Amino acid sequence: MERYYQPEIETASREQIKAWQDERLVTQVRHVWDNVPYYREKMREAGVTPDDIHGTEDLHKLPFLSKDDLRRAYPYGLVAVPLKDCVRIQSTSGTTGKRVVAFYTQADLDLWETCCARAIVAAGGTNEDVCQISYGYGLFTGGPGLNGGSHKVGCLTIPTSSGNTERQIMFIRDLNATILCCTPSYAAYLGESMKEMGLTPDEIPLKAGIFGAEAWSEEMRQSIQETLGIKAYDIYGLTELSGPGVAFECSAQSGMHINEDHFIAEVIDPDTGEVLPDGTQGELVFTSITKKAFPLIRYRTRDICVLTREKCSCGRTHVKMTKPRGRTDDMLIIRGVNVFPSQIETVLLNLGYPANYQILVDRVNNTDTLDVQVEMTPEMFTDNLGEISRRQKELVDSLRSMLGLTAKVTLVAPKSIVRSEGKAVRVIDKRKI
Amino acid sequence: MIQQISVFVENRPGALRAMTAVLAENGIDMRAFSLAETSDFGIARIIVDDVYKTTTVLRDAEFVHSVTQVLGVALSDTPGGLDKVLRVLADAGVNVEYMYAFLGGKKGKDAYMIFRVADNAKASAALTAKGIRQVEQQEMTDL
Repeated sequence: MERYYQPEIETASREQIKAWQDERLVTQVRHVWDNVPYYREKMREAGVTPDDIHGTEDLHKLPFLSKDDLRRAYPYGLVAVPLKDCVRIQSTSGTTGKRVVAFYTQADLDLWETCCARAIVAAGGTNEDVCQISYGYGLFTGGPGLNGGSHKVGCLTIPTSSGNTERQIMFIRDLNATILCCTPSYAAYLGESMKEMGLTPDEIPLKAGIFGAEAWSEEMRQSIQETLGIKAYDIYGLTELSGPGVAFECSAQSGMHINEDHFIAEVIDPDTGEVLPDGTQGELVFTSITKKAFPLIRYRTRDICVLTREKCSCGRTHVKMTKPRGRTDDMLIIRGVNVFPSQIETVLLNLGYPANYQILVDRVNNTDTLDVQVEMTPEMFTDNLGEISRRQKELVDSLRSMLGLTAKVTLVAPKSIVRSEGKAVRVIDKRKI
Repeated sequence: MIQQISVFVENRPGALRAMTAVLAENGIDMRAFSLAETSDFGIARIIVDDVYKTTTVLRDAEFVHSVTQVLGVALSDTPGGLDKVLRVLADAGVNVEYMYAFLGGKKGKDAYMIFRVADNAKASAALTAKGIRQVEQQEMTDL
């Protein structure tokens, strides 16, 4: 039996969802026009005023907001309520030099945590569960978001934060954690570590995992599920929009339901900005219609995905998004070919390699080079040089058929690729240096 | 039969030394050593005095390795010594995948060869039939 945190919202009719969105969008557009000069200026440039917006069908008239806008408006330029009404900030890692600071009122935090609570319940969580949050706490939204959601569901919450793998495993075992929340690469690492300790899936109390904040493939899901003996659910979110919980997976494990009572999703052609029909791959664009402190109108996420409104077996009616197939800014162009790291991961996992890998891109004699570094494992190792070379060649061939270009495959020593306790660094592109 | 330990090493400065450092720190005495390499990695094949201890310290230091049964053959350190052994194997139809030599031990007068062959039992029987002495792991420890 499927369980919901807020059944009346999560299974509302499409008409009801549209009615909520229409009303909330009109209010939100008026709110940003009245309180954020930056938005007012952008809307004036686009020749649109709040009077032109009567519902979701008018959404396309509004200008897009990009990460560059967020940077230009840093730190207070997009804040739509007096600072005395804000109670929290969260921030992106800024690894790409584009640190974003997002503001929250108490009500904003509340709705964010509610979204996370829906995700936990969709993963089977109840107040009987012990939920270990191994996402980083602090400025990163992963820890605080799931922590709040876990409290709302009533789980016994273990706020381990990221890192200290031995302690993570100790708490999982000693306190019988049943739900694990962290990045998929860290889940894989924890699984690997427990396997090395000789623990079988039956001896690991976990039953479900909620993993997000980085790209992961279906094959990686299978491998995590097998090692930990759990069901692994994807969760999606952006600090800009609140954090994790903008969308989450249900028992169907076939895409993430977007919390449409809080966020309107569109998919656009990243080149022309044209809105694309459901079922078409494009860049995901979000409008937050309930957040008051830091509302984003038509924010371009750079995530590439597909939306589908087909009926879901879980009974939820909210639109589903596929796992992002890559980011417009993750996409590597190598020798003129578009390459997403997730494609490389799919090939590796299909052939039984560990999920830990690194992609090195360089330019030698004006030609791009792609070097995929994979860790040697005891299972893969044999005394036979020919056999290892054959496996290496098999990997090169599979990569060629997936990517349409030739990559070099380098086998490296175990544990030599730095493990992620936050977001994994999968790609090193030396061409930019 | 002798147990050979094969260790995965990256082909970069210091990688091999990282392994020999582990062996040195743990007082492992190597009897024979051979390195097979490709452009980006190699396999170090070693014969040691204490197989159990070596595999334990390598595992602790996170070196990927495996243990392979190989033939150790004692042959006279004179012209034609190796030829005699290879002729026996050829006549028995046993394929040699790789082999390497090492000098006799601290007290020995024989030379030793390590053979990795397709069929250990068949090779061993053929050598024994021709009176060619093979060495066992214990002898590697005692050398």
